[in-house]
Amino acid sequence: MIRFWNCKSKSPLPPFFKGGNSAAFSNGRNAAAFLERKNSTILFDGRDSDALFDTGSGKATFLPEEPPRLSSPFEKGGPRGICLALFLLLSLLAAPAFAQKATDPTPLQFRDTAEETRFHDLVSELRCVMCQNQSLADSNAQIAVDLRREVLDLMREGRSDPEVRDFLVARYGEFVLYRPRVSGTTWLLWFGPLLFALGGGVVVWRLLRRGRNAPPPGDDETQEW
Amino acid sequence: MSAKRWLPFAAFLLIAALLATGVWLSRRDNREALPSPLIGKPAPEFALPVLHEPTRTVTSKELRGQPYLLNVWGSWCPECQVEHPVISRFAATKRVRVIGYNWKDEPADALAWLERFNNPYWLVLADIEGGTAIDFGIYGAPETFLVDAEGVVRWKHVGAMTDAIVRDELLPVLDAAEGMKQ
Repeated sequence: MIRFWNCKSKSPLPPFFKGGNSAAFSNGRNAAAFLERKNSTILFDGRDSDALFDTGSGKATFLPEEPPRLSSPFEKGGPRGICLALFLLLSLLAAPAFAQKATDPTPLQFRDTAEETRFHDLVSELRCVMCQNQSLADSNAQIAVDLRREVLDLMREGRSDPEVRDFLVARYGEFVLYRPRVSGTTWLLWFGPLLFALGGGVVVWRLLRRGRNAPPPGDDETQEW
Repeated sequence: MSAKRWLPFAAFLLIAALLATGVWLSRRDNREALPSPLIGKPAPEFALPVLHEPTRTVTSKELRGQPYLLNVWGSWCPECQVEHPVISRFAATKRVRVIGYNWKDEPADALAWLERFNNPYWLVLADIEGGTAIDFGIYGAPETFLVDAEGVVRWKHVGAMTDAIVRDELLPVLDAAEGMKQ
């Protein structure tokens, strides 16, 4: 189908929400290249041109990419200084182009580390509905940004983790859960591997038992090994 | 003994059958489209401003009484231009109210888009922030919902509409929805 957003970004977009690992920005050259690319495309028409057309499939795509958030408040151990400087620079450059966009591009702000940890644990277990092989934490799709914001709002309303999951399941379906619930349709998924292991165990056990009853193979002179 | 010899082959067949089933189940060409959990359930309550009259708000309750087709679009969405003629043709049949759901768009851009491609909609609701869209489980545009007279979601299509989808999917569901009402 046609509604692909630019999930598999051709440029090395940093894993914003993965603590620590921001290899794409660990050296200044990559970061500068990224900045250059961003500027050229953003200033072109106010939207990331890569995000509008998936050149790979030649099909039109879908959501405009949100402005790059080079700094994430919960990015631990990354080169914070460079990220922050780039973010501020980009905010300045991108401001006129994105003034017309509806989504607030500022990164989420957390009250404390406990909230941040809980949020991260929650969104990394939820699947992005647009880029279906990414978690909500990893995806840069516009809808993922909106849903992350929604998840944080729900957490602040005092909803528990299961309630937040239920909220999303009620709207987007079981699909959003990376860890599907045990039910009539998912029991094979959950216990299938166990069945396979049990079956394999039975086979091995029977082979072993047969081996013990059989005559020891050492006497066979014709055996070449 | 011969049964034992066939065991690996049987295991192979079993795994092959499992694989074939997986391939068969994923054969539909629109498999990235998520089935909506809202089908058969009441559409979320909403109150959204009208694109052409931002001070006027329309609620989901006001729209009850007759079915309506809710078509999610945005001026930033290239696929929406592709499906626009299909929506226009369907709207021209006056079968049901076709309501535009302008999602995460700038009103000026949206109005310019409608000016340029013509406005097929009976009414256009504007969801600038995208808050109500989450309640609808909207995750992209275009998406199209059929809501019946009682406000129950009867059908959803993810991606651009085509005449074939209108004919083969939407109209039968609509017939059924209207048949149940009478």
